[in-house]
Amino acid sequence: MTTLTPAIKHSSLRLNPSLRRNRLDRLFTTIAGGFSLIAVLPLFLVLIYVILQGGRLISINLFTQLPPAPGLDGGGIGNALIGTFVVTLVASMIAIPVGVGGGIFLAEYSKSGPFAQFIRLGNDILAGVPSIICGVFVYGAIVATRLFFGQSYTAAAGGMALAILMLPTVIKTTDEGLRLVPKALSMGAIGVGASKFVTITRITLPSAFTPIATGVVLGIARAAGETAPLIFTALFSPFWPEGVFNPIATMSVLIYNFAIMPFDAQNELAWAASFVLVILILGANLLARWLRRFASM
Amino acid sequence: MTMTMPRKTPAITNQSCLSLEKVTISYGSFEAVRDVYLEIPRGKVTAFIGPSGCGKSTVLRGLNRMNDLIEGCTLKGRVIFDGQDIYAPEVDPVEVRRRIGMVFQQPNPFPKSIYENIAFGARINGFSGDMDELVESSLRKAFIWDETKDKLKESGNSLSGGQQQRLCIARAIAIEPEVILMDEPCSALDPISTLKIEELMHELKKTFSIVIVTHNMQQAVRVSDQTAFFNAEAVEGGTGKVGYLVEFDETERIFNSPLQQATQDYVTGRFG
Repeated sequence: MTTLTPAIKHSSLRLNPSLRRNRLDRLFTTIAGGFSLIAVLPLFLVLIYVILQGGRLISINLFTQLPPAPGLDGGGIGNALIGTFVVTLVASMIAIPVGVGGGIFLAEYSKSGPFAQFIRLGNDILAGVPSIICGVFVYGAIVATRLFFGQSYTAAAGGMALAILMLPTVIKTTDEGLRLVPKALSMGAIGVGASKFVTITRITLPSAFTPIATGVVLGIARAAGETAPLIFTALFSPFWPEGVFNPIATMSVLIYNFAIMPFDAQNELAWAASFVLVILILGANLLARWLRRFASM
Repeated sequence: MTMTMPRKTPAITNQSCLSLEKVTISYGSFEAVRDVYLEIPRGKVTAFIGPSGCGKSTVLRGLNRMNDLIEGCTLKGRVIFDGQDIYAPEVDPVEVRRRIGMVFQQPNPFPKSIYENIAFGARINGFSGDMDELVESSLRKAFIWDETKDKLKESGNSLSGGQQQRLCIARAIAIEPEVILMDEPCSALDPISTLKIEELMHELKKTFSIVIVTHNMQQAVRVSDQTAFFNAEAVEGGTGKVGYLVEFDETERIFNSPLQQATQDYVTGRFG
């Protein structure tokens, strides 16, 4: 008994596909691949359906005309297109300064104390609040109380509801973007005698510009497509926008209103608006991706 | 040179520039370094050596209130600079850092052009002279002008590690501080870049007082006039080791005839 019998027998190095472990490997790869296909399937189905239904309706008139009166043909979604931009602009004007400011506070000024923890937790919860709740809140706080010059439904109220939806995204991406900036950079600025304010505005914020911009764009993309918070804040209007203190048409509410009407012209406009909205949001997301790519270079 | 002010006589250069009196620095309730008394001389290079965790970097950062940026870090005792305790409540830490500059372990140029890297500090310090001239002279003093003069508009990040560190030194001297603190400035660099920075230090000490933390004892011997040896010891009831100053003397004496056995053991490599 001079030779030891090896505890593990070595076989050929050649790949043997019929081995149990190799068969299982193939099986699980197939299953995982199948599920990931199913996961992206809705995206393509929705896109294709909307493009087929709405894409063929694209014309100049669509962007320049008002929706027709019930029963008439033709018309466009010009007012809703402008309305979506107006409401989103109002939302951005509120959410970007507040959100970026809040993010700066969390990342740079707060000392991770209970207050900052509370704000972060609150922000995460706010991100999960259903959009219709934001709408009801703004309805109760602004619309029902006629806060703006005695007006009830206004574009400004709609913008505020969307701002509440945008805020968590903007705060979180600003906070995280700033924390990703190497500490060594701000140390360097402070080491040459920069105050905290100068360090943040001149060194840290510019370095975190891309993640912040990405967050803002994603926030806008989310807000622009929301319907629920707008139904009872901005309401709808069949006319051209009359300033931010009047009801305003938006594309998402137009889709909601027109898709279920018993008139073909309105149904077609709803599809056309869906198409335009999807393209805008797709564009915003691609812009965000491009910004991110720009950052990693 | 018209700089013939009477108080800049050689006798004054022996005077201390920074003095630490019973300085204890803690992170939260943990004391990192305890009861340091130290007189850092003006116009010389002072090296801090010692094993990891002995608190030498902590003390260095305490000299220009960089520790303020670390949460929970507190300093007891007094750090006297220019006749003033820099930790007194009425002192503005930003002013302190303008007069006591810092170079870090990792080169950290700003993600701006080489020109802007130098101009940034000067501008925020209210520099009103010829910026081009200041940029050139600062880069010259840091021995990096020849390598950068043709690409001042390029990003500071496009330089090599050693060049970046010299750029950071140029950035520090552009604001004309009185003291420059260097926290292991060569530990991320190759030997040739290290040599360049050491030559640079010899040049700089004619104008500035320099304090350098280094793990490399040969470097301490090559560049410094004075050396402080820090060590760490476990204390009763403590959770970790507490750093303290073992010995502070002329570099030559620290390495050749130290008074303490611990210093002797460390500099000869018979440590621990």
